[in-house]
Amino acid sequence: MRYFFELLGEKSAVLFDYIGGVFRLFTDTLLYSFKPPFKGDRILQQSQRIGVDSLFIVSIVAVFTGIILALQTAYQMQMLSSEIYIANIVALSLVRELGPVLTALIVAGRSGAGITAEIGTMTVTEQVDALYTLGSNPVKYLVVPKFLSLITMLPILTLYADLVGIFGGYFIGVHRLGITSNMYLTLTFEALAFKDLFSGLLKAFVFGIIISIVGCFEGLRSSGGAEGVGKATTTSVVISFVSIIAADCLLTFIFYVLGQ
Amino acid sequence: MIEIIGVHKSFNDHKVLDSIDLKIEKGKTKVIIGRSGCGKSVLLKHMVGILEPDEGTVKIEGVVINKLKEKELNKMRMKIGMLFQGGALFDSLTVAQNVGFVLEEHTDTDKDAVRERVKEALSLVGLQAIEDLMPSELSGGMKKRVALARAICMRPEIILYDEPTTGVDPITADAINDLIREMQNKLRITSVVVTHDMTSAYKVADQIAMLYQGKIIAEGTPEEIKNSNNQIVKQFVTGAAYGPITETEHLVFGHLK
Repeated sequence: MRYFFELLGEKSAVLFDYIGGVFRLFTDTLLYSFKPPFKGDRILQQSQRIGVDSLFIVSIVAVFTGIILALQTAYQMQMLSSEIYIANIVALSLVRELGPVLTALIVAGRSGAGITAEIGTMTVTEQVDALYTLGSNPVKYLVVPKFLSLITMLPILTLYADLVGIFGGYFIGVHRLGITSNMYLTLTFEALAFKDLFSGLLKAFVFGIIISIVGCFEGLRSSGGAEGVGKATTTSVVISFVSIIAADCLLTFIFYVLGQ
Repeated sequence: MIEIIGVHKSFNDHKVLDSIDLKIEKGKTKVIIGRSGCGKSVLLKHMVGILEPDEGTVKIEGVVINKLKEKELNKMRMKIGMLFQGGALFDSLTVAQNVGFVLEEHTDTDKDAVRERVKEALSLVGLQAIEDLMPSELSGGMKKRVALARAICMRPEIILYDEPTTGVDPITADAINDLIREMQNKLRITSVVVTHDMTSAYKVADQIAMLYQGKIIAEGTPEEIKNSNNQIVKQFVTGAAYGPITETEHLVFGHLK
């Protein structure tokens, strides 16, 4: 019994230490984001890597998700002869939920892992220490550009994923289920209110914070050479995934309560 | 002048530095010797403020650097160049961007002047026409020399060398030793060299200090260290496998037929 409580205390201390570290990095990042000098080229370079380079994979996942959603909804709706609602369900599910979450998971797997591997390698090869000796703060030089790129690019990518996903649903609705093109589009845009779009994009913004801070934090605390960087990268992806789903649950609950 | 006064440092209950006192006179070269993992690099990182001591003070030109705010510390760091063991060149930047990093990031120097300074720093370490190469295209020795060029590009008053000759061929090692001497003789730069390469230590040092089990156990001129009666120092400088340093390591030799 005593052993159990000791273990519990030990694990809790590690957890709180970790959460404290993440929050400290987050506040430092916010602080350095407003401190000059501002290097736009570094943010643009990161935005290219995180945003533009993810377009292809986001397109594929989004279009398939739209198709799957339309087909699965059709399966249920045909029983009720309510195929007309397919457009609404596809649009709302994508914009409020699947667009932001799936895009965030793709970016966490792709860019979040890349961020941890890059910063982790820099840490274990003393490049981060070298930054200090050259008078540059690693948070300002490494974390801030990635943070700013992710919180701007993830909502943009989400918006793009929403549109592509809706196109996937449209394709099935019009070409497989016999809904007219005009009708599908009208139903889609009638179903969507500003608050749906806003809640989805706000989620994407929060997920951007999670991916960037967790990715950079794991990179900066890497140790032990290539094996350490590998472990940090795995941990970064796992923690980002779990945090994204947990944050999504919390935000969905808040929006649900506020929407009442 | 660099002064280390009563510095203690531990990592997870493991005491690495145990009340270290060390003084490095302006314009002189002090070599810190000791076995791998004995805390030499940790000591060096205290001198540039990357690590903070648990106890004690680190003074540079009379200023306690472990009490400085980030902005003042960064200003102080502009006077200090550091050569890391593996070079620590930024992988994503070219050689020119690495060498001119401080000038680009922290000064208003125009691009042509930066290019000139980069060229000058590279020629000082015997390198030419490699400005546009990436670090991954360089050999180990070249990486070390580029890192040295980066350390001297800001014309620092102090240079800290972490194992400058490790991992390079003997000829490059000797060239690096000559360069360290030249820096001191021509530019009156204060240098601290951390190494376990005794050839290098004897060649570049004005003073040698030996770090063992977290303490400075001997200090003196290269001649004094060479002729030391301290058995630990003797074993280390002669590179003998058996002696007081390895007493508890139970080294097993001679069982192969």
